[in-house]
Amino acid sequence: MAPQTTPEVCGMGHSMKRKEDPRFIRGQGNYVDDIQLPGMLYLDIVRSPFAHARIKSINSENALKIPGVLAVITGETLEQYNLHWMPTLMSDTQMVLPTEKVMYQAQEVAAVVATDRYAAADGVEAVEVDYDPLPVVVDPFKALEPDAPVLRTDKEDKKDNHIFHWEVGDRAATEGALAGADVVVKQDLYIPRIHVASIETCGCVADFDRVMGKLKVYMTTQAPHAIRTVLALVAGHVGLSEEKIQVISPDIGGGFGGKVPVYPGYVLAIAASVVVGKPVKWVEDRMENLQADSFARDYHLKAELGATKDGTLTALKIKTVADHGYTDAAANPSKFPAGLFSIVTGSYDLKHAFAEVDGVYTNKPPGGIAYRCSFRVTEAVHTIERLTDIMAHELKMDPADLRLKNFVPADKFPYKSVLGWEYDSGNYHGALEKAMERIGYAELRKEQADKRGRGELMGIGISSFTEIVGAGPSRTFDILGLKMFDSCEIRVHPTGKATARFGTKSQGQGHETTYAQVLAEELGIPAAHIEIEEGDTDTAPYGLGTYASRSTPTAGAAGAMAARKVRDKAKKIAAYLLEVSEDDLEWTPGTFSVKGAPQKSKTIQEIAFAAYTNHPPGMEGGLEAVSYYDPPNLTFPFGSYICVVDIDRGTGEVKIRRFVAVDDCGNIINPMIVDGQIHGGLTMGMAPALLEEISYDENGNISGGSFMDYLVPTAMETPRWETDKTVTPSPHHPQGAKGVGESATVGAPPAIANAVVDALAHLGVRHIDIPITPEKVWRILKDKGAGL
Amino acid sequence: MIPSAFDYHAPDTLDEAVALLERHGDEAKVLSGGQSLLPLLKLRLGDAGHLVDIGRIPGLTGITEADGYLRIGGATREADLERSDLIREKYPILLDTAAVIADPLVRNRATVGGNLAHGDPANDHPATMLALDAEVVARGPRGERTIPITRFFTGLFATALAPAEILTEIRIPVPPPRSGGAYVKLERKVGDYATAAAAVQVTLGGQGEIARIGIGLTNAGPTPIEATAAEGSLRGRQPDAAAIAEAARLAADATSPSADRRGSVEYKRDMARVLTGRAIHKAVQRAGGQ
Repeated sequence: MAPQTTPEVCGMGHSMKRKEDPRFIRGQGNYVDDIQLPGMLYLDIVRSPFAHARIKSINSENALKIPGVLAVITGETLEQYNLHWMPTLMSDTQMVLPTEKVMYQAQEVAAVVATDRYAAADGVEAVEVDYDPLPVVVDPFKALEPDAPVLRTDKEDKKDNHIFHWEVGDRAATEGALAGADVVVKQDLYIPRIHVASIETCGCVADFDRVMGKLKVYMTTQAPHAIRTVLALVAGHVGLSEEKIQVISPDIGGGFGGKVPVYPGYVLAIAASVVVGKPVKWVEDRMENLQADSFARDYHLKAELGATKDGTLTALKIKTVADHGYTDAAANPSKFPAGLFSIVTGSYDLKHAFAEVDGVYTNKPPGGIAYRCSFRVTEAVHTIERLTDIMAHELKMDPADLRLKNFVPADKFPYKSVLGWEYDSGNYHGALEKAMERIGYAELRKEQADKRGRGELMGIGISSFTEIVGAGPSRTFDILGLKMFDSCEIRVHPTGKATARFGTKSQGQGHETTYAQVLAEELGIPAAHIEIEEGDTDTAPYGLGTYASRSTPTAGAAGAMAARKVRDKAKKIAAYLLEVSEDDLEWTPGTFSVKGAPQKSKTIQEIAFAAYTNHPPGMEGGLEAVSYYDPPNLTFPFGSYICVVDIDRGTGEVKIRRFVAVDDCGNIINPMIVDGQIHGGLTMGMAPALLEEISYDENGNISGGSFMDYLVPTAMETPRWETDKTVTPSPHHPQGAKGVGESATVGAPPAIANAVVDALAHLGVRHIDIPITPEKVWRILKDKGAGL
Repeated sequence: MIPSAFDYHAPDTLDEAVALLERHGDEAKVLSGGQSLLPLLKLRLGDAGHLVDIGRIPGLTGITEADGYLRIGGATREADLERSDLIREKYPILLDTAAVIADPLVRNRATVGGNLAHGDPANDHPATMLALDAEVVARGPRGERTIPITRFFTGLFATALAPAEILTEIRIPVPPPRSGGAYVKLERKVGDYATAAAAVQVTLGGQGEIARIGIGLTNAGPTPIEATAAEGSLRGRQPDAAAIAEAARLAADATSPSADRRGSVEYKRDMARVLTGRAIHKAVQRAGGQ
């Protein structure tokens, strides 16, 4: 779609340079750790070396002798205020500080408050904690065995380590269809525990003003409004009241879902500030971030896919064990304990499906957050895309052909999936065919055959994913009861410039640019003249924040709707100024003109001035509007990715030679930013496919808890991504847009895994769990006698 | 990530530095580029009451050929090796090595001497220096001495340097004509220590046979390893595929790696084999052989 506005207005479809970049590129962003307040104190945290241990004693004597150390806070201190436990977003409970036992390695045990961060660090070193180690449960399957130690002894009626059972679909019908299928493939998959590893770690500055009784918290949070409400609910009993709480999210250096939860460090800094009456800063270091903050994934799956002999997919059945660590601290919408995993039928017109998930407690850090993913969609897409490839190999069909045969056809949208979603729009054949043409699929298959003849290993992998983003419609989507709408408030100033505030919070997505373009599209005010503000709960309208690709589908839509309210009022003012009826006016971006007499017109800037200087009698002055947008449905972006890999037979290294990504996110607000989102997402999708994993030994000791072993890819590991697009607008979003921030993270891992398996398929390989390390490949080559 | 308190000394002369090291004994550590030492202190895995920074002492940097040796000052930055025309033209093995040490930011600070004196078998220069048959110049309270590289690495994080000795220079014999070398490293991502790596320096004889060869292995045991049996198997032989494969096997036999996130013992040993083979091949090519 060609842009409807001029480059000067810069509405949708223009690759406007990001308004936020000059300050970021110059190092002039303002992050939490940049906040300096007079008299500010520093908080640092003592953490457990054990994964499961009773705390016998905590001795603060030596710590308190260190110059600058003012206080040591323990669970007992917090217990006096009943603040030692707090609820999670999934209505489980989580320790702020333990009074009895620790449940994972690196868990918070005590906090040291000092006049500077150096003294605080020395204080942490000097606190002596005496532990009595307890049996550790690391494996979620062992956690479910009848004789496993019960971990949550704090819950009186809890007799096992099972958290929840969730299921969707018709089990009997699915089992029947599988029994009647010509071909059934079965595969166990593990989607490993990974971490968002945002470059900015988490932290806050809590500033309690005793005179005004007001708490101001600068916090690395993706959802400032929800956090304010949670704080009021959790700490109401100690006198924090919502109108006296201000949460400010300043610039955020990457969130990816990891900055949605409430971490103990936030609560400790707030409690310390309230007690001391001084500002308190807490900023975790890299290892604390990796070892204690919310993890993602950690799904153990058993999947079965059935098909007819000619390659029609008929039924899908999945059983899942989800390792949640010691508490269910996922950040899903409340009614979705397994997130939106039920998107697992993917892009295929399956008639029967059943999926179940059991959540389990183990001695690991809590989480289960949606790492750049709309709540367990990554796990779902990996499963169906891997199974589809396994089925293709089983049927000896080309994986592209199997997909093309089973895609939901373009004329069946809106499409009701067997697991209950209504896909808004799609053209799956279009995306895959474009990707195949772009990469030269047929020639690559020929090349592969030639290379196999020479003993060289090359693979081609496809992933045709369907995403589900933009949570969500208030009838089903809430977090702790808070409905998941989002908001925009626009103020058009007398000189025709505007300020708009949103309930979301950018963490690098570029909202200051894209939201301005959304409004420019509707109002004709140049995007350069629209200032976007987010993240201050005292000024921005209420919203549930930015995660799960929800900003464009919810707040962006609210922006369009609020702008239309402004335009409606502008039309009335224009009619008054031009002395015609509203019906006689027509709109081109930025101007109302009289039908048939285009020289008689008023620009939006002239109308804005009149709204404050010459507004119609009987009409309220000003030009403002607010919208709280409750989306009628989610949006379903999709795409097809094709990856080509070469494998080093000596070392087992996988090299991505080419990667073509065709994405469809409906109408595009800013093509450059979408491209950037895809590039970053592909790299973050490659990471768990080839590099990243957090694992634990049998004693619950973390492995992969620093950047030495948690292998975040750099530019050096990143191949050249080739991006392309198709455009299938969302029928229900006011601007036809869909979320896009997570498509690539979700779509890339199976494309890469499928390519590696494809390279080894002639050796009888059907599946490799991610991350596909060189050693895993080397071992396969060795076992099959195909190494060097 | 905040170290315990320490005193920082910045002497202007080697004598002063040596005197400081003597005075503070076990409590003192030499600070060169700081790229290994500072992380240890920040993680509080190591402790030092006194850091003696040798970075301001004149005469400890430089890359020159003199008296039949390539002389590299102990405090020469890795980045300077990478940018040196002399290294680029005559010592490709050193260029290979410098280019895969950590990342460019680290290489701007890290020093060649530090890479050796830290005694870490995972560092990259030890293997290269073994292959090049280098020697190390040390200055201490009793003056200067040279230590052959083959006797320099005495254990895990342990070297032949006496407590108050400072590594001032590395001397590498200027290779004769028809010489070539290569360093081949397998790493999980840029900046990582080697899963395995092999350094090979060869000189070819008149018939294309291997006249001289040095093979060093990185991260293959508690100390950097010189694969002497592998060297011996190739000396005097034509470097054909079978001979290279045999030497590579012998090199792997010389390793005793430990398992970690980089790989199992079995994998690391086999990688020593694969990479040694590739490094020999490349070194021979660079020496003008087939």
